[in-house]
Amino acid sequence: MARGMVIVGAGECGGRAALTLRDLGYAGPVTLVGDEPHLPYERPPLSKDAMVSDAPEIRAIASDEVLAEKSISHIHSVQAMAIDREAHKVRLSDGSVLPYDKLLLATGSTPRKLPMPGLGARCVYLRTFADALAIRAHLHTGSRIAIVGGGFIGLELAAAARKLGAAVTVIEAQPRILMRGVPAEIAEIIHDAHVAEGVDILCGDGIASIADDGSEARVTLAGGREIVADLAIIGIGAVPVTGLAAEAGLAIDNGIAVDAQLRTGDPDIFAAGDCCSFPLAVYGGRRVRLEAWRNAQEQGVLAAKNMLGAGEAHAAVPWFWSDQYGLSLQISGLSDEGRSIVRRDLGDGAFILFHLAEDGRLVAASGIGPGNAVARDIRLAEMLIAKRAKPAPDALGSQTVKLKSLLAA
Amino acid sequence: MSDWVAACAAGDIDEEDVMRFDHGGRTFAIYRSPDDEYFATDGLCTHEKVHLADGLVMDDIIECPKHNGRFNYKTGDARGAPVCVNLKTYPVKVDAGKVLVRIR
Ligand SMILES: Cc1cc2nc3c(=O)[nH]c(=O)nc-3n(C[C@H](O)[C@H](O)[C@H](O)COP(=O)(O)OP(=O)(O)OC[C@H]3O[C@@H](n4cnc5c(N)ncnc54)[C@H](O)[C@@H]3O)c2cc1C
Ligand code: FES
Repeated sequence: MARGMVIVGAGECGGRAALTLRDLGYAGPVTLVGDEPHLPYERPPLSKDAMVSDAPEIRAIASDEVLAEKSISHIHSVQAMAIDREAHKVRLSDGSVLPYDKLLLATGSTPRKLPMPGLGARCVYLRTFADALAIRAHLHTGSRIAIVGGGFIGLELAAAARKLGAAVTVIEAQPRILMRGVPAEIAEIIHDAHVAEGVDILCGDGIASIADDGSEARVTLAGGREIVADLAIIGIGAVPVTGLAAEAGLAIDNGIAVDAQLRTGDPDIFAAGDCCSFPLAVYGGRRVRLEAWRNAQEQGVLAAKNMLGAGEAHAAVPWFWSDQYGLSLQISGLSDEGRSIVRRDLGDGAFILFHLAEDGRLVAASGIGPGNAVARDIRLAEMLIAKRAKPAPDALGSQTVKLKSLLAA
Repeated sequence: MSDWVAACAAGDIDEEDVMRFDHGGRTFAIYRSPDDEYFATDGLCTHEKVHLADGLVMDDIIECPKHNGRFNYKTGDARGAPVCVNLKTYPVKVDAGKVLVRIR
């Protein structure tokens, strides 16, 4: 009898992988193990719509009914503790042991901890629904919120907190917000939007110390300024969850190292989503780790295919979005691959920056604008990037040349 | 009783493109396929209620602008995560250069 497929981590990636195994007709046992008490759910709303809602709810990737209908066994609130590669078994925190034919590690990432003493009950991180509920309880008129780190999650939280009437200070050690992966021109638009909404953004000043007495957090900056907050939310990036893989002797390289087919060094163990690093074909196999929702979804699907022997290589272009106030940002590709920038204005203040490599190849596109103004052109740019196209800069910059026409060329 | 409503002129939409159409407090998306046929669906994505008309049409697929969920706009079938609920479709005809949609 088949031992079946075991997926560790019931998040975006693990959930999609389980569903895909069934969609592809796999008939053996499929077991999804997750240490959270919930159905697999989408994290992006946690810092957006769910955070401003009066009663935040989980947006599940699959309901209990769908999981039952597809005979996917979902073991929740249980952690996978160890992998016995020889015996093809995973040991769980409830003492049970799961045999597997193929194992997928979709353990995600976890917030990077601020390496500093003094943090207490009023210093928190956001990753899970439980974290979101705890934060939500502090966001109301008159509450004082300090956000440590001017990255996406911090800024989305700043926007949510303002919407709920809190006083918000964002503390960023770098000279500007969104230093990682976002061009200065776009970061400036986002910065200005926050300032216009009343957020106090402090850039270029690191934290000297934090004193948290359990009822408030006092954040002292290197420059001497002190910010007193009812809640300090720390958003300084994420680190991959690799402990289980490392202890099983699998290679770790800024994430669980996999090949283009998402295989670890063990032919029966795959890794996908936020927890893995993989070679990105579109940039000549550059090894990257992405913390992005669509990547988790796509890699979950790809891992499922390859667990069934498809042997398919990852070929997608990275894509990311963020919503703050009425603005949406979308980025496809990795902009650090670019050497020059061409700007295309789309009207209503929306614009796209096309990032070109030395040889003229389009390697990334970053867009910002109200609503979904940039979505269609970012999607077309993504297809151009995938085709490794070298569109004429004049055409990219001209609003009258349709991007779709460049794709046909 | 005729419940055919004029949505736009046939030439208002490019081939392989989509347009938003609001009527009676509701919103729809009107499509022109690459082979020059017209179709209509509900205007909002079934994932987060975003206007599909801001999305990209590729063959018989409309891709949502927000998170790239996909639907077949001819049948309304949900075709790619994160969408799993189908779109409602509406009959369309072209008469004297006008695109008419039957709204029930
Ligand atoms: C607040 C927030 C907002 C975001 N917004 C955006 C956005 O706007 N756009 C975007 O592109 N991306 C966004 N992301 C990123 C996106 O959500 C992630 O890339 C995605 O969730 C990764 O999916 P994953 O399945 O790889 O990991 P995860 O979703 O982290 O799931 C991994 C799961 O595995 C569990 N787990 C780990 N180890 C074990 C173990 N040993 N045993 C059992 N279970 C285990 C974890 O608890 C977790 O439930 C956001 C993330 C957060 C936190
Ligand atoms: S709103 Fe359409 S895919 Fe999410």
